[in-house]
Amino acid sequence: MWDFILLVLRAAIPAGTPLLFGTLGEVTAERSGVLNLGVEGMMIVGAVTAFGVTQSTGNIWLGVAAAALVGGILALVHAFASITLRVNQVVSGLALTMLGLGLSGLVGKRYIGMPPRTRFAPLAVPGLSDLPIIGPLFFRYDPLVYLAIALVPVLWFILYKTRWGITLRSVGESPATADALGVNVFRVRYLAVFFGGLMAGVGGAYLSVVYTTAWIEGMTAGAGWIVIALTIFAMWDPVRALLGAYLFGGVRVLQYRLQPLGISPNLLNMLPFIFTILVLLVSAGEAMRKRIGAPEALMQPYMREER
Amino acid sequence: MSDQTGSDVAVAMHGIVKRFPGVLANDHVSFEARFGEVHALLGENGAGKTTLMNILYGIYRPDEGEIYIKGRRVTIRSPRDAIRLGIGMVHQQYRLVSTHTVVENVILGLPGNFFFPDRAARRKLEEFSEKYGLHVDPEARIWQLSSGEQQRVEIIKALYRGAEILILDEPTSMLTPGEIDELLGVIRRMAAEGHTVIFITHKLDEVFDISDRVTVLRQGKVVATLETARTDKPSLARLMVGREVLFRLEKRPASVGQTVLRVEGLHALNDRGLPAVRNVSFAIAAGEILGIAGVAGNGQRELVEALVGLRPSTQGRVFIKEQEVTHQPPRTLIERGVCYIPGERLIGLVPSLSVAENLILRNYCQAPFTQGAFLNYGAINEYADHLVAQYSVATPSLKTPVKLLSGGNIQRVILARETCRAPTLLVAAHPTSGLDVGATEYIRQLLLAQRDQGTAVLLVSEDLEEVLQLSDRIAVMFEGQIMGILPADQADLETIGLMMAGAKKMSVPEVV
Repeated sequence: MWDFILLVLRAAIPAGTPLLFGTLGEVTAERSGVLNLGVEGMMIVGAVTAFGVTQSTGNIWLGVAAAALVGGILALVHAFASITLRVNQVVSGLALTMLGLGLSGLVGKRYIGMPPRTRFAPLAVPGLSDLPIIGPLFFRYDPLVYLAIALVPVLWFILYKTRWGITLRSVGESPATADALGVNVFRVRYLAVFFGGLMAGVGGAYLSVVYTTAWIEGMTAGAGWIVIALTIFAMWDPVRALLGAYLFGGVRVLQYRLQPLGISPNLLNMLPFIFTILVLLVSAGEAMRKRIGAPEALMQPYMREER
Repeated sequence: MSDQTGSDVAVAMHGIVKRFPGVLANDHVSFEARFGEVHALLGENGAGKTTLMNILYGIYRPDEGEIYIKGRRVTIRSPRDAIRLGIGMVHQQYRLVSTHTVVENVILGLPGNFFFPDRAARRKLEEFSEKYGLHVDPEARIWQLSSGEQQRVEIIKALYRGAEILILDEPTSMLTPGEIDELLGVIRRMAAEGHTVIFITHKLDEVFDISDRVTVLRQGKVVATLETARTDKPSLARLMVGREVLFRLEKRPASVGQTVLRVEGLHALNDRGLPAVRNVSFAIAAGEILGIAGVAGNGQRELVEALVGLRPSTQGRVFIKEQEVTHQPPRTLIERGVCYIPGERLIGLVPSLSVAENLILRNYCQAPFTQGAFLNYGAINEYADHLVAQYSVATPSLKTPVKLLSGGNIQRVILARETCRAPTLLVAAHPTSGLDVGATEYIRQLLLAQRDQGTAVLLVSEDLEEVLQLSDRIAVMFEGQIMGILPADQADLETIGLMMAGAKKMSVPEVV
């Protein structure tokens, strides 16, 4: 039993890492007031880009960087539609997901079934990785796992302890206030959405070049939607995003492990969304909303001359 | 005044034109304010005061015209430009991030240490609070602060950015009398230091309380700029409205009929679930106005909402024409002839629906406006046309969304819809708050006309003068209870004021 738990925990962290990247990005975008439902699309395009670039250059880091860039560019499409043209953010985000799924299928045809040219060696932290139990559990992963973990405190610090953070949160809470104080609302939102795209791209890359080391059509399999749910579950906070991502990573692992015991994977698949609904219920009250709720101006396009 | 570009002129705006769809908001407006003066910008709602100042603050771009700051021609593209030129603005609806702390709000958008919170910023903030008597806890979150405190944060924000020219857009509209006195003190101190304060208002008294000069706007045009000391209230009112204004209303003696509304021991909770209305009992008869006075937040809102069916009552009973209506939904009350004019205007309307559609919201489901599943727009427009004319609503067309109308016209749309069918009970909450002199006068007369034709009127207002002028009897609420009900001829400001403070509890004589 103990072995089983350890096994699940160990597998949960890599399984949760793409979710964590995506969620950190979406938390940033939503904190600026822009909901991007295109995460699924950006992730899968990131996945195929990373796989393609890695195959042709033989360098995983280049693949990851290219995925980030492509994810960011796709996010800018959403940014242009929702920030500049003030299109409904839900519509624009859904369109981006559709676009990404189609595009990745088209581009990825030639990579189907291709064996990977290279893969990451686990990065064993010297000294610590040999500890019993703790060693394998915490200190023997690929570098991207550590990168994701490192991003959590960095993002938390920026959000709550720096001027960038206050500006970002103010734009998401009350763009008119920020504008009246000379903050460029449009630039802040563009940057936040772009960052969200970068992160979704890296998350997708992790799936294709690290986690599965293969390109499979539709391989994100709803990870982008879990990211959206996680953002709410994490109440727009990077630290809770970390916990949530590993929790749902663990749930994904359990799906396969528990199937032989007669527990339906569909049931477990639902869990992230049930949690999300619970969070929405809890944060519905006025006082709770002020403390942990969604940014006030989420999904509201900003226009200065509106009367 | 076009060629005066003396060195004491802080702001000069020449020939400003601003058009909105269907409205000419500013029509070749010229305006000038000097260093160290408090300059009132007076005008009715919709006269273009706020638009003009939003242009100065870079929120709107003018279609025509020139702006000079300290004698230098400038183009203000955004609030950032305005701030750099030393202009600060406190909007009527505060621009604050309600979930953030005071310091976070104050330093938002400023360059400075990357890391935050930084001690230098906090120290500077405290210095400012001290210097101008603007006391507020830097660590408090905005939503925890009162309206007056929030305004202080707004003023600190502007001063912190080095504002020499400070625009205050109707700064007293959300304040208690005590807070207003404090604000006026702060303004005097700032002017004495050489700041220019532009004070937007539609209240004549305030012009005389605080300003050195006053510019009057009417329908987008400047009517006059005067030394405040050399003018008087009636002439300013005439300039602002364009005709003589009655400061006293003609009020005929009430001809009281049968009891329409009877409330027995009513209790209700506020939004936070705390008792807000406690054991309230009163009655109103046909043809009389019962005024409810009280400081805001003493249960008036909850009482009104409970009476019109928008808030559940926890105890007590309500009767309309001796039929019990406790716990009945709004629809039933509407059928019994209860009409409601809510305190917050946009609650009574659907802002993006047209004037015509808003006018039939009460009876859209009755003939002739509806035919089977369809709306009969012919009948609707004819009906709306008639009401717009009768209540003189100034609107570009029947299809204009109501949110584009000025406050006074929005209120007329509500009144038209609610009163055109001779209601049995009219509940009016703050019907004239935020309205200019002309609209206020019109609405007060309309309430009296309703009374004279036999409607029972419940008037809730924070404007004591209004309550005293209109009511036949006056009830005072304090902490959810009625402190006493006085006939209007026995009520004077002093007695009512004491009761509002909870100091005097009269035995409640059950009249009617």
